[in-house]
Amino acid sequence: MDDLTLRIRDLNLRFKSLFSDTAVLHGISLHIRRGERVALVGESGSGKSVTARIVLGTLQELKTSRISGTVEVMGRDLKKMTEKERYALRGRDISMIFQDPTSSLNPVFRIAELFHEVLKRRDPGISAAAARARAAQMLAQVSIHEPERALDSYAFQLSGGMNQRIMIAMALANEPALLLADEPGTALDVTVQAQTLELMREMVERNATSVLFISHNLGVVREFADRVYVIYKGRIVEHGTTEALFADPRHPYTRALMAAVPRLTGGGIPDVPEVSESFFDPMITHEGLREPEPTR
Amino acid sequence: MKKAFAILLSNPLSVLGLVLIAFVVLSAVFADVITPFPSHRGAVVDFANFNQPPHWPNIFGTDLVGRDLFTRIIYAYRVSLLMGLFVLLIAPPVGTVIGLMAGYMGPKTGYALNRLTDVFLSVPPLVLAMAIMGVLKPTLTNGMLAITVMWWPWYARLVYNITRAERVEGYVLAAEVIGASKWHIMFREILPNCLPAVITKMTLDFGFVILMASSLSFLGLGVQPPTPDLGSMVAEGAKYLPDSWWLTVFPGLAILIAVFGFNLLGDALRDMLEAE
Amino acid sequence: MPPALRAVLGKLITTLIVLFGVSILIFCIARIIPGDPVRIALGPNASQDMVDALRAQMHLDAPLVTQYVYFLRDVLHGDFGMSLYSKRPVIADIAQFLPATLELMIVAGIIMVGVGLPMGILAARTRDRWPDHLVRVITLLGVSAPGFVWAVVLMLIFAYFVPIFPIAGRISNSFQIPQVTGFMLVDTLLAGNLAAFADAFRHIILPACALAVTGIGQSARLTRANMVETYRKPYAEMAQSYGFPAGRIARRYVFKPSLIPSLTVIGLDFASMLGGAFLVESVFAWPGLSRYGVNVILVKDLNGIVGTVLVIAATFLIMNIIVDLLVWWLNPRFRLGGRS
Repeated sequence: MDDLTLRIRDLNLRFKSLFSDTAVLHGISLHIRRGERVALVGESGSGKSVTARIVLGTLQELKTSRISGTVEVMGRDLKKMTEKERYALRGRDISMIFQDPTSSLNPVFRIAELFHEVLKRRDPGISAAAARARAAQMLAQVSIHEPERALDSYAFQLSGGMNQRIMIAMALANEPALLLADEPGTALDVTVQAQTLELMREMVERNATSVLFISHNLGVVREFADRVYVIYKGRIVEHGTTEALFADPRHPYTRALMAAVPRLTGGGIPDVPEVSESFFDPMITHEGLREPEPTR
Repeated sequence: MKKAFAILLSNPLSVLGLVLIAFVVLSAVFADVITPFPSHRGAVVDFANFNQPPHWPNIFGTDLVGRDLFTRIIYAYRVSLLMGLFVLLIAPPVGTVIGLMAGYMGPKTGYALNRLTDVFLSVPPLVLAMAIMGVLKPTLTNGMLAITVMWWPWYARLVYNITRAERVEGYVLAAEVIGASKWHIMFREILPNCLPAVITKMTLDFGFVILMASSLSFLGLGVQPPTPDLGSMVAEGAKYLPDSWWLTVFPGLAILIAVFGFNLLGDALRDMLEAE
Repeated sequence: MPPALRAVLGKLITTLIVLFGVSILIFCIARIIPGDPVRIALGPNASQDMVDALRAQMHLDAPLVTQYVYFLRDVLHGDFGMSLYSKRPVIADIAQFLPATLELMIVAGIIMVGVGLPMGILAARTRDRWPDHLVRVITLLGVSAPGFVWAVVLMLIFAYFVPIFPIAGRISNSFQIPQVTGFMLVDTLLAGNLAAFADAFRHIILPACALAVTGIGQSARLTRANMVETYRKPYAEMAQSYGFPAGRIARRYVFKPSLIPSLTVIGLDFASMLGGAFLVESVFAWPGLSRYGVNVILVKDLNGIVGTVLVIAATFLIMNIIVDLLVWWLNPRFRLGGRS
């Protein structure tokens, strides 16, 4: 199965400190194939974002985290890699887009300098001029009409939509195999968010990039993803293709979540469903889908 | 509260701080019992035994007129702690009230009070205290007054900043809507939110007041002989370096231990405050 | 007027108001508390006629407000009166002694920033691991003793036990350096005397280090605190997610933005060395303004006290303005305006 970009099997995560021990993930499994766009949907605090941070390898560096289970990126087990090897994946094979583009771009550097640093991840010796040319080319691809002006600006001088385009261009500049999108553009206007998501979709389709799309917003997920995992309190409760899941939501929590979402592609956080015992019902996997067997 | 104490005791540095503070306070309080030479706190002369390096029973050695250095140091702690108590009983309340008023009473009062605070903050603290001591008689009371005068502005600034942040919070707005008086809002609503920061600063400042007082007396502007004082002991001993090293090293170490203890504790408190 | 320029102008005006307030404060300390300055100046043996004459000459028979106006007029003309201690105009004394103190402070400031900031960066990068704890203990120790204790410790170790540095003074007596700027390190170079420069450099190291210890502790702790906070910002996470090298993240992507809030306080720490200098100069017999200040205070030379404190306050405020300008220049958001 070489076309598996990401495979997570029975992932557990706890945060342990002197006075507390909090379990965050209770054995979740998911997979993404090459070019697939997979959504992980749940409320805030359900464990979506920490999953992305484990894939990136940044949570492993935290002293208080206790992680078990396997995470394979392109067939390689993260646990068997050294910290240096995990680090080598970041920015090259895996990259990330964040919730608020403007605060994710360092305020004391111009866009061109940030781009240069990003491009150095794949080509350490790249000159500033070459990086600039490549950056301008990428910015043109995300429909920025004056790339030169954007490159000479600081993030706080540009609009949120503009920064989101820049973020998308940066994330894809090194042609990563896997893109983690953590609530991309939730901080933006609804219309701007829709535009930038459309742009992101075009870009990942063109490069056959796999995407792990993390969101609380089912409306957005429906537009963007091929397949959906619903996560509740650190457990996956339902797994199906987007079409099947929206046509026939079977898990009580999924149904509650859908009932809470406004029909329109709305921004903002939907009302969290009332907690019910049935939310802890066993996981439901739609027909024809199952987690792939281990590569080795 | 119980949990806060448990966290404090789980950190070896704050435990060390508590131990050092306990050592300083207990030795000052029970100085009469601890030392075999309680009379050496005053103007006693023992020329047979002067300027001796550390030996039993003078574990820190003796000074130029033969007095036990250890005795002088623990009695000097009394002066230091008294200084700290006095300054921290007056400066924080004064500064807090001025800071609250500057932050809540409207732009004109705020501007005036802030510039007043700035005036005091724009002269290095030690220099201002020195200038005051320069025109007053160098006594313990005057020293405490001089340090208090330069200390309140730091509290005013701290409380002002917190007040500015809190005055737009929901609970303050709610109190304003129901027509609570300015005084009620300042002292009943905002003040409790300033207290943790003020208390933390007071812990840290206890050490710094000791440090400042010893600096003044080091320059000859503090407590006068024969009352024992750590700063003037260092100043006196520095003339006899390096041969009579114990005359400076032990009083210097005594300052370090006391201030370090309060700093360790204050630092741990501040970490806890920020973690909340 | 651009908002940034307006902010700087507002700051300048505030500074002038504060300086005006300082002059009132100093005037009060000098004129109201001590009783009769004329008696103090002339001594107990002066005749009543002499006292009355001087009183009229100093306008002490006028109401307090008038006295203050005269005082302010003189100060604005750079006239602080005669020093009782040196029998010279106070302004001449200050001009002679201030450069030595400033030179000491500048060298100490360089040491403070050069040692304190890297220590803070190290602590922030290794937060909650042993280098961080070590830095915490060292810096806490550093701020837990006054400058004169560090001065004595350094002198004992590096001038007596391991005599690599001289004990006192600015330069060895064998060198005759013409005074141009008053900064010994500059004057020796202007004189083209490298041996004298090296000698002056050796003289300034210990006092500057002693003066810097507190500042090192404070700047390291502040740098750590602000960097730890910046590490939590989304753009720091972005840099980590994209696998920027950890050292570069620390120095460029976290340290640089965190420096903007730190700098104001570091500037204040630097300026407070004007106070610390009093303690260090007297240990190392450094012929600076602080030693002069202590001497005028001890002999109750009112003109000398007023002059010294006013000049120190003005220096302090000027340094704050310089720091504000530096912050303004470092922060592109201020410099360029831009949307908030």
